[in-house]
Amino acid sequence: MSEPKIDGFELKPGFKGMASDTASDQTMFKGVHWGKAMMWIFLLSDTFVFSCFLISYMKGRGSTPVEWPNPSEVFALEAFGVPVPLLLIALMTFVLITSSGTMAIAVKYGYEKNRKMCGWLLLATALGGLTFVGMQAYEWSKLIHEGVRPWENPFGAAQFGSFFFMITGFHGFHVSIGVIFLFIYTYKVFAGHYEKGKKGWFTKLKGDYVEIEILGLYWHFVDLVWVFIFAFFYLW
Amino acid sequence: MENTNNIEKTDKKEEASTHKIGIYLWIWTLLFVLSFFSYMVDWYQFQGMLRWSLILFFMFLKAGLIMAFFMHLFWERYALVNVLLWPMTAIACFIFLMAAEFQYTLFSRLFYFVVGGGA
Repeated sequence: MSEPKIDGFELKPGFKGMASDTASDQTMFKGVHWGKAMMWIFLLSDTFVFSCFLISYMKGRGSTPVEWPNPSEVFALEAFGVPVPLLLIALMTFVLITSSGTMAIAVKYGYEKNRKMCGWLLLATALGGLTFVGMQAYEWSKLIHEGVRPWENPFGAAQFGSFFFMITGFHGFHVSIGVIFLFIYTYKVFAGHYEKGKKGWFTKLKGDYVEIEILGLYWHFVDLVWVFIFAFFYLW
Repeated sequence: MENTNNIEKTDKKEEASTHKIGIYLWIWTLLFVLSFFSYMVDWYQFQGMLRWSLILFFMFLKAGLIMAFFMHLFWERYALVNVLLWPMTAIACFIFLMAAEFQYTLFSRLFYFVVGGGA
């Protein structure tokens, strides 16, 4: 988003620019809002947390001699009397991608100071996230009814349950937090906080539509993690 | 101080010029199509190397599109992009270490619990 121009400063592009940005005696990330840099660093640490979960899942699944439950059967759903493999998971994926798209466009309208469009798209994103959490709650209760527990399950290797609940639970927790913040920011945008110059989060500085981009980073990250969970947990 | 003030000033000017909506719609469509394809991998029950390579291919493509365009990394300066992407090599190393580890654990379990040890 940033093509920063600083008076009396020549910002070189590419790796030369990286070297001079890193070596400069003030901000390293030129033209990047501090909140955005902080969000990126948080997301980087979150990446490590999710990676540890997925790697432990790989280790657990790879080291058991007992057969792993077949995800396309475990997560199948009956539609019109026919079991469709991974139906619910596919729907969840599409819902999350839809909300990611509305978020991206909300960020764009935010920067254009189009308050109404930004607000409506944020609301759509929040509702998409809420739908996702609802579907996940349905998925969990269905599996719990079928007897899946963190320590045992009727389908195969006992480790399946603990990895399933841990990984999808932690992701669902992220989605839930995101939904809460999406509703808060929908309110802030519709109430015109950025036009009035109300102060932002954790700061006495005036809020700005860059906050929508920061929220967007978090939301896209949640979608990004789901891409990996979908591939490794449900498809593999 | 003077320079940071300038950054804030230029930031405000930048807000007027955003990306065209078309690029977001394109990426959005692509993500739908790629998700559909990765679902088809399961639908047609591809197995073995074909399945795994297709899953990984679609996964990395989707992740790359989200990071590059939705998260704007494509337009960020290299200082930020490199700070974010190089740590991923540590994760790759960890994956290789644990892959070696699970193979050894599986071998030990089969050797001692199923075969009954060397005796």
